[in-house]
Amino acid sequence: MNAFIAFIMGPMVWIAFLIFILGLIFKLVVIIKDVNARESYVYSYLSVKYSLRSIFAWLIPFFPQSTRQSPVFYAISYIFHLLLFIVPVFLMSHIVLVNEAFQLSWFALDDTLADILTVIVVLALVFFAVRRQTVPEVKYLTSFNDYVLLIIVALPFITGFLAYHQFFFYRQMVIAHVISGELVLILIPFSKFSHMVMAPLTRAYMGSEFGNVRHAKDW
Amino acid sequence: MPKETTTEDVPIVKQKNTDEAVEAGLARLTPERIKTTINQVLENETGPKFKAYVETCMHCGLCAEACLYFLSNDRDPSYSPAGKVKQTIWEMLEKKGDVSTDFLRRAVHIAHTECNVCKRCSMYCPFGIDIAYLMLMVRRICHKLEITPLYIQDTVNSHSATMNQMWVKEDEWIDTLQWQEEDAREEFENLRIPLDKVGADIMYSVIAPEPKFQAGLIYQAATIMHAAGIDWTMPSSPGWDNSNMAMFTGDNEISGRIARAFYETAARLKVKRIVMGECGHAFRSIYDVGNRWVGWAMPPFEVVHAIEFYHQLLTSGRITIADKYKKTVTLHDPCNVSRGRGLHDMAREVTNMVCDSFIEMTPNREHNYCCGAGGGVINCGPPYKGERMINNRVKAEQLKATGAEVLIAPCHNCHSGLEDIVHHYDLNMEVKFLGDIIFETMEKKIFNPGD
Repeated sequence: MNAFIAFIMGPMVWIAFLIFILGLIFKLVVIIKDVNARESYVYSYLSVKYSLRSIFAWLIPFFPQSTRQSPVFYAISYIFHLLLFIVPVFLMSHIVLVNEAFQLSWFALDDTLADILTVIVVLALVFFAVRRQTVPEVKYLTSFNDYVLLIIVALPFITGFLAYHQFFFYRQMVIAHVISGELVLILIPFSKFSHMVMAPLTRAYMGSEFGNVRHAKDW
Repeated sequence: MPKETTTEDVPIVKQKNTDEAVEAGLARLTPERIKTTINQVLENETGPKFKAYVETCMHCGLCAEACLYFLSNDRDPSYSPAGKVKQTIWEMLEKKGDVSTDFLRRAVHIAHTECNVCKRCSMYCPFGIDIAYLMLMVRRICHKLEITPLYIQDTVNSHSATMNQMWVKEDEWIDTLQWQEEDAREEFENLRIPLDKVGADIMYSVIAPEPKFQAGLIYQAATIMHAAGIDWTMPSSPGWDNSNMAMFTGDNEISGRIARAFYETAARLKVKRIVMGECGHAFRSIYDVGNRWVGWAMPPFEVVHAIEFYHQLLTSGRITIADKYKKTVTLHDPCNVSRGRGLHDMAREVTNMVCDSFIEMTPNREHNYCCGAGGGVINCGPPYKGERMINNRVKAEQLKATGAEVLIAPCHNCHSGLEDIVHHYDLNMEVKFLGDIIFETMEKKIFNPGD
């Protein structure tokens, strides 16, 4: 058991991060090679200026028309995506681990605040799940996999929360937390989580078409 | 009494119309042919862009809010943009092309009559996924399976044989232009419709319905050109019609022939630029689509839509307005020249220069609702007209809210589609082109060279 714990808390962390980063790089390389081979015309339209114009326009909360028509969803979605990064990166106990390993440290969130933010992340995921069940046009598109994605994201937050409070099975909870965290990292390049890098690309292309050819806004 | 969309109308839509070309085509198909064709298109004719669009969609449903079909059908999810992708592309991918003829009957109906490829949904997708492109891919598959709806296929056949979409013969074309010239000369002495004038500043482009049954529009355009003293020409040979219905049926090969013939005609006449009359999709065909197939990133000629051309004529004072139009007007932004070319502000300026009271409709500019006729939908013809009316209730509501007497639609497809909407919903509006109003209000100058 100790060897297993040592593995998932040691080498497996490295492996997970490597798969996450190299997987995304690999994905990008494949796309670029594919574009060069089959759709090189994309470069005739792609423009840095209009790509950034579109991406930034869509990053400004409630600037695009779409975001104003679905304000509740977008508000929750903005907060959720921000916290997805903020909570794990600025969590005191994560920083302590990094500090032990590399003597690095940075600003940490207050533990109580982090605790509240974790609950918010989970509630946001519950909102997404309920929305998939109740909004007809979303329900129509939803398949089992969409719920699996929500659960996979929820797991590290739920287990982290339970482990922090040491309600029950502390040891098992920490192990589950580490494994589920690693699972998310590993899955990012190979699942719909890859929209992390794909969305800016599709946005950039549409933004370029609208800016360069259509001379119109795309937000 | 306005014909409201009542529950009695719903079964007509639910039953999903078909036509003899679709049915005959489906009857000819074998499971092997279906599978091979679908996989051939999806594997060989798409690339990373298609893959990215399919893989990146998070099934969030936000595109639904953009779609006039979804909004007009009481938010029925099967009409949402991603819902249409689910019923077509997703299933084709999932089943690796092994789909039934019943599935294809539904797919051809969705891609051809429940989507105007207006691209409004791309502005509501947070990732900017091009759903219209996916629908055009379904049409491409339908084309290769030879199950394209009858009426629109006929326009493509016409293009293939005559290079115009309405079987206008070469002598009929020339004859119509000369007839319009002759008529116009009674009002404006010296007026010419110069045919094949090499080196003219402008080649003026119209679509086949004009010589076929709206010749008066050519008359109007000629008088505007004359009053403004423009050095212009029209080609006498095939290659004058760029309305390119083939680009909407996925017949890319014929679409490419049409675009090439058009550019080559302009090149032969050595014109400085092309002015496109008030047609949106014909503009799209030479500004955005045909050029790509022929191999030009952007069109090899300067292509100017009528809105921009009128704007230039009015701001430069080449035509002057004698007495502004008095009736209240509202303006419909055609997808292909607003969301497709950014001419919406110019269209407003032109409207305000020629009309006294302009009432804005909402939503507008890039966000305007499509007329419901564009993208080849109206060209699928009478079998689908009833549902086309029901599918754009939201447009009728939008128009009604303006209370305007006149609806300006600077696009042929929009014009015809909106006429249908206005009649079906008893909106009591006159639908006009910008050119109609300019012709009515401008000073009818007789141009003498050297003036």
